[in-house]
Amino acid sequence: MTLTTTPVPLARRRRLPVMPWLLLSGSVALLGVMTGYPVVRLLVMSFQEYERAQLMGMPAEWVGLQNYVDVLSDVDGFWTVLLRSVVFMAACVTLTMVLGMLVALLMIRVGKVLRTLVTVGLLFAWAMPTLAGTIVWGWIFDTEYGVVNNLLTRVTGESWMGHSWLLDPLTFFMILTFIIVWGALPFVTFTLYAGLTQIPGEVLEAAELDGANGFQRFRLIQLPFVSSIVTVLVVLSMIWDLRVFTQVFALQGIGGDREQTNTIGVYIYQTGMAQGHYGLAGAIGVIFVFIMLGLSFYYVRRTVREEEL
Amino acid sequence: MTVVESPGVHAELGARPLSAAPVRARKRGGARRRVGDVVYGALAVVVFVFSVFPVYWMLNTSFLPNRLIRGSDLHFFPTPDVFTLDNYRTAIFDESRSAFIPALWNSLGVAAITVVVAMALGFVASLALTRFSFKGKRTFIVLILVVQMLPGEALFVSIFRIIDSWQMLNTIIGLSIVNIAAVVPFTIWTLRGFVNGVPAELEEAAMIDGCSRAGAFWRITFPLLAPGLVATGVFALIQAWNEFVIALIIMQRPESMTLPVWLRTFQQATQATNWGAMMAGATLIAVPVVIFFLLVNNKMTGGLVSGAVKG
Repeated sequence: MTLTTTPVPLARRRRLPVMPWLLLSGSVALLGVMTGYPVVRLLVMSFQEYERAQLMGMPAEWVGLQNYVDVLSDVDGFWTVLLRSVVFMAACVTLTMVLGMLVALLMIRVGKVLRTLVTVGLLFAWAMPTLAGTIVWGWIFDTEYGVVNNLLTRVTGESWMGHSWLLDPLTFFMILTFIIVWGALPFVTFTLYAGLTQIPGEVLEAAELDGANGFQRFRLIQLPFVSSIVTVLVVLSMIWDLRVFTQVFALQGIGGDREQTNTIGVYIYQTGMAQGHYGLAGAIGVIFVFIMLGLSFYYVRRTVREEEL
Repeated sequence: MTVVESPGVHAELGARPLSAAPVRARKRGGARRRVGDVVYGALAVVVFVFSVFPVYWMLNTSFLPNRLIRGSDLHFFPTPDVFTLDNYRTAIFDESRSAFIPALWNSLGVAAITVVVAMALGFVASLALTRFSFKGKRTFIVLILVVQMLPGEALFVSIFRIIDSWQMLNTIIGLSIVNIAAVVPFTIWTLRGFVNGVPAELEEAAMIDGCSRAGAFWRITFPLLAPGLVATGVFALIQAWNEFVIALIIMQRPESMTLPVWLRTFQQATQATNWGAMMAGATLIAVPVVIFFLLVNNKMTGGLVSGAVKG
C-alpha cells in the first residue's frame, strides 16, 4: 500500500488532542512499564554491585563505573565474545544477502512452475518456528545417527559416524551460520524479488539490445534499482543476526562448548541469569543496547522519512 | 524490548504482490539458452530442497520407529510397513519428562491473551496514528520503531525482576504481559499501515450520507480492514506461540512451561536424546504455525481497496 498522508479535515485538526492520546494510553502505559522501566532499571543496575544476595533483598551497593571497567577490561572475555558475535554476524549477513540476491535473480529467470516451487520451499523455511528449526538441524548433523554423517560415510567411504560437528567451535559456527541463513533467506529473497520485478522490462531489453551481458545488466541496472532495499535489508539483517539468541542457545544445548561459542545475547544470559552477576550483565546489556540503537538509527530515520511523517 | 521481527518489513513486503511478476517476453531458442534453462532449473530445485529438507526430515523421522532411526540404513519415507505413531505417543504421554498437555494449555492461554490484548491495543493506537493529527505523533512512531530494536536479551534481568516483584513468575498472565509488550509495537505499526490503506474519503462520503463518525468507521472502514486484522492477528499469534526466550526465564516450573520450553526438555544431560520423540514434539509445535503462516501469507500480500476510490 502506498502510504500517503491522509488529508485531515479542518474540524478534526482543531480539536484538542485528547482523543488520540486516549486511544494511545493503553499502549503507552504498557510500553512504559514493560520496556521503559526495564531500560531504566538496567541502567541503574549496571552501576550497582548486584548479585544473587541483592536479588534476595540485600540492599545494592553503588559501585560507580566498576561494572563497566570490569567488562571493558575483559575480566570475563567480553571483547572475545563481542568480536566473535561481530565476525559471525558479518558472515551471516554477507551470505544471506548474496544468496538472497542470487535466488531472487533465479526466480526472475526461471519459468512459472519452478518459481512457484522455489516460493513454496522458501515459505516452508520461513514458517518453521526458530526453535523447532534449530533442533531439526541439530538432528540432521547429529553425531551418531545424523543423516549428514551417514551420507558422508557412504560417499567418502571413510567412517564419519561419531563425528561431532558441534564440539569444534569452528564447525559449530558453520552449522549455526547454516541455520541462520536458511531461516533468513526467504524474507530477504522475497523482498529483493519484489523489488526486482518493479524494474520495467523495456529497460532491461534496451540494455540487452545495446549488448550488455547478464552481469552488466545486473551491475548497471538491477542492482542500482534495488540498492535502497538492499541497504535496509543489510541493516535489518545486521541487527537480527547480532542479537541472535534462540539458535545459539538451543544448539549449545544439543552439544557444544558454551564458553567458546557464546554470542553476545547468550553471554548476557549466562552472566546474568545463570551465574547471577546481574550488575555485570546489566553493564553488558547497556553496551549492547547502545550498539543496537546505533545500528538501527539509519533504519529508523529512513523509515520515518519514507513514511513522510 | 523485543522478540518480534521488525514491523515495517512485513508491511513493506505486503505492499508488493509477490506473484505479479511482469513476465518479460523472451526470445527462446539457441542451444546456449536451453543449457541455461537446464542449469537454472536445477538450481531452483536445489534451493527448494535446501529450504524444505529440515521440514521434510522432521516429519519423516517423527513417523519412523526408533530402531530404524538409530539404524545404519537411511529411510527417506515412512512406508506403511514401518510407519508408526509411537514417537507421538512418547512425546505426548511419556511421564519421565514434563507433560505435553499442560504445556499446550499454557501456550494456548498465553497466545490467546497476547493476541486479543495486543490487537485491541494496536487497533486503537493505529486509529490515533492515522485518523488524527496531533503533537507528539511523530515522536510516538519513532519510539515504536526504536523499541523494536532494543535487544530483549539485555532486558532479561529487569523483566525477570519486575515479574517476580508482581509475584507473577510461572503464571500465564505474567508471560502474557511480557509478550503483549513485545508484540504491541508490531501490531501498532502493521495495523497503522492497513488503516492508512483505507482512504478517509470513504468515511467522509458515508458521513455526508448521514452516518455518524463512529458509524462510518464501523460500517465502512472496519469491514475493509478485516483481512488486515486477521493477518496481523495471526502473525501476533505465531510470535506468541513461538516465544521462547522470555518463557525460558519466567516459566521454569515443569507445570508452567510453554511448548517451546517443553520441547527443550527432550534434551537431558543424563540420557541419550530420543530423536524420534523430539521430532514428533517439534512437529506438534511447528505444524499449526506452518499452516497458519501459509494461510495468511496471501492475505498479507493481497491489496486492500485498490480501486475503491479510483474506480
